[in-house]
Amino acid sequence: MENAFIEFEDVTKRFGERTILDRVNLKIYDGHVTTIIGKSGTGKSVLLKHIIGLLAPTEGRILFRGKPIEEMNKRELNDYKSLFSYLFQDNALFDSLTVFENIALPLQQTTNMSTKEIERRVTEKVDQMELSEEAHKYPAELSGGMQKRVALARALITNPKVVLFDEPTTGQDPIRKNTILNLIAHNQRRFGFTTIMISHDIPDIFFISDRILILYDGRIVFQGNPEELDHLDHPMVDEFIKSLEGFQDELTGLYSKKNFMRLYEQDVTHREPDETLPVAAFTVEGLDFLSKNLGDTGAQEVIQSLGGFVNTYFGDVGISTRIGRDQIVTIFPHTTLDEAERILEGFGRELQEHGLRDIALETQSEIPSSDCFAFSVSVGLAEGKVGEDLDLISRKAISKQKTIGRFECQKRGNAG
Amino acid sequence: MKSLGQKISFTSPLAFLGRTVVAWVDELGSLAVFFARGFILIFRRKQFSMIVQQVYYIGAGSMNIIILVGLFTGMVLGLQLYYVLVKLGGEGMIGTAVALAIIRELGPVLTAIMITARAGSAMTAEIGIQRISEQIDALDTMRINSLRYLISPRLAAAIISFPLLTAIFDLIGIIGGYVSAVVLLGVDSGAYLGRIQTSVGMKDISNGFVKALVFALIVSTICCYQGYFTHRRSQRGAKGVGVSTTSAVVISCVLILISDYVVTSFLM
Repeated sequence: MENAFIEFEDVTKRFGERTILDRVNLKIYDGHVTTIIGKSGTGKSVLLKHIIGLLAPTEGRILFRGKPIEEMNKRELNDYKSLFSYLFQDNALFDSLTVFENIALPLQQTTNMSTKEIERRVTEKVDQMELSEEAHKYPAELSGGMQKRVALARALITNPKVVLFDEPTTGQDPIRKNTILNLIAHNQRRFGFTTIMISHDIPDIFFISDRILILYDGRIVFQGNPEELDHLDHPMVDEFIKSLEGFQDELTGLYSKKNFMRLYEQDVTHREPDETLPVAAFTVEGLDFLSKNLGDTGAQEVIQSLGGFVNTYFGDVGISTRIGRDQIVTIFPHTTLDEAERILEGFGRELQEHGLRDIALETQSEIPSSDCFAFSVSVGLAEGKVGEDLDLISRKAISKQKTIGRFECQKRGNAG
Repeated sequence: MKSLGQKISFTSPLAFLGRTVVAWVDELGSLAVFFARGFILIFRRKQFSMIVQQVYYIGAGSMNIIILVGLFTGMVLGLQLYYVLVKLGGEGMIGTAVALAIIRELGPVLTAIMITARAGSAMTAEIGIQRISEQIDALDTMRINSLRYLISPRLAAAIISFPLLTAIFDLIGIIGGYVSAVVLLGVDSGAYLGRIQTSVGMKDISNGFVKALVFALIVSTICCYQGYFTHRRSQRGAKGVGVSTTSAVVISCVLILISDYVVTSFLM
């Protein structure tokens, strides 16, 4: 594996008699999205503050590209800190400054940019975050969700190499939550920054994270990708992680992955080993393009509406869940492959004739009439054997995907 | 044989005294370093507009209260001195007494106390809230020196505003004395103003300004320090900010009076 970007070696942090971090060893890799999960009060924020140098370890050391931070001289330390941005849990916005001034602050104070250039950059970021109308308001005049977006805009305005997010989606509704996560993922891909995030938004964070770290009793008990986490045998998984994943996916209203798997396993126990079952995988094509044209919130509304449409159409015939930012999987437990194909043909027709138009109209409700957008939905069908790994069958279905519906509009209400 | 616990309790008053002295020395050292670093950073780039903002808040914002307090201080002084000096047959000296009392003592001291109450407490509360809501940490993560951004402009603004407000207080106080002594009690106007002209020297005025400068440094440093280190208190959150604000006002007022005596004894 590649060399670690940031590495903790036996880092211990004590506040008086209390040990918050207890010989923590972890590795963070360049360009990855790393998410730290842990119960409240287990020291996740403390861990994050160590990375950026706001706190120093009581014992152990932190290495940046192999060099201990404590051995850096003032210039090296300044260069190291210049790589980072930090989004605080409670936003830490300056209440005496407007939204615009808050976002402009790091550029005004740490660069030699002209006022015009700062204004241009901030206006661009304000537009990206859908904050244009709030730009001249003070943080106290904004909702919690908007404040979070302002803090996010401020964290990203300097185009940092590493962004630390301390629970970026706290207090957001499902659409905004996914909008923020999508925004993080989109910007991370666009600018290639390394993301280190604390979040409890399961399963949503699994869709955008390359690595998961679990902090338990002051120690890192798991480091790996989300798939590896499925096989982790640790009390933390039952005690905490599974409890976070509810009955339904908050965004789409479909079954949560946990519940979906439970239903799948229940069904499998009543079947013969040689039986097969069809699995369909749906993808909203060009989600990033959609975000660009429609805004991140609008893109999430498309996913939400598609989830609703899938749920209503398949009813009792299929069991569906979201497996990615833009992907939904449906299993048809009591259907043959031929029947499933016919059902999907009907679904495709209905989606093209009514569904896409309805989804677009629902989505457009909060979008200016001048904005136009396009999106398509693809579906693939695969047959899996009873007991076969569902992720494997899903991947097979994804590999066979074809476009079944496309929506394009000239302007609002002029759908085609 | 005595147990270890008994030995500790026997020596504990001395240990307590030692700990207290060490804590005081530590705190004073920390305060001095805080002031020195904040003061040096006044002369960095990008400070001008923030200093102007603070001068507006501390200086212009405190003007009304200074005028009001100055006017009534002068008036009551005129009133009191009139009845004392009439008995001694020296009501002609009233202008001298009012002017010297205000310029040498009351002007700098009352101005400093009024600014402490109005702007100093607000400084502590504002910085304290910025500390507990992680705004200061946010500055550090953005590589903005929080001392330069938050503290230096306030120190500079206090250094500029205190002498100016003291001058305004002095002027209004003398006018207040004129109102009560000349307008209301019938002392001769020429005698009042003439005595001021002959008895008040440049040294009196400059000594008053020296005091105003000393008070500016004390008040701004104490108030900023208390706010900046609110998180070190055992009381957390809003309560901690409240305690810091009270401490800032009390310590500032006490130090104004103590330093007034010390500075006066050096200047006389």
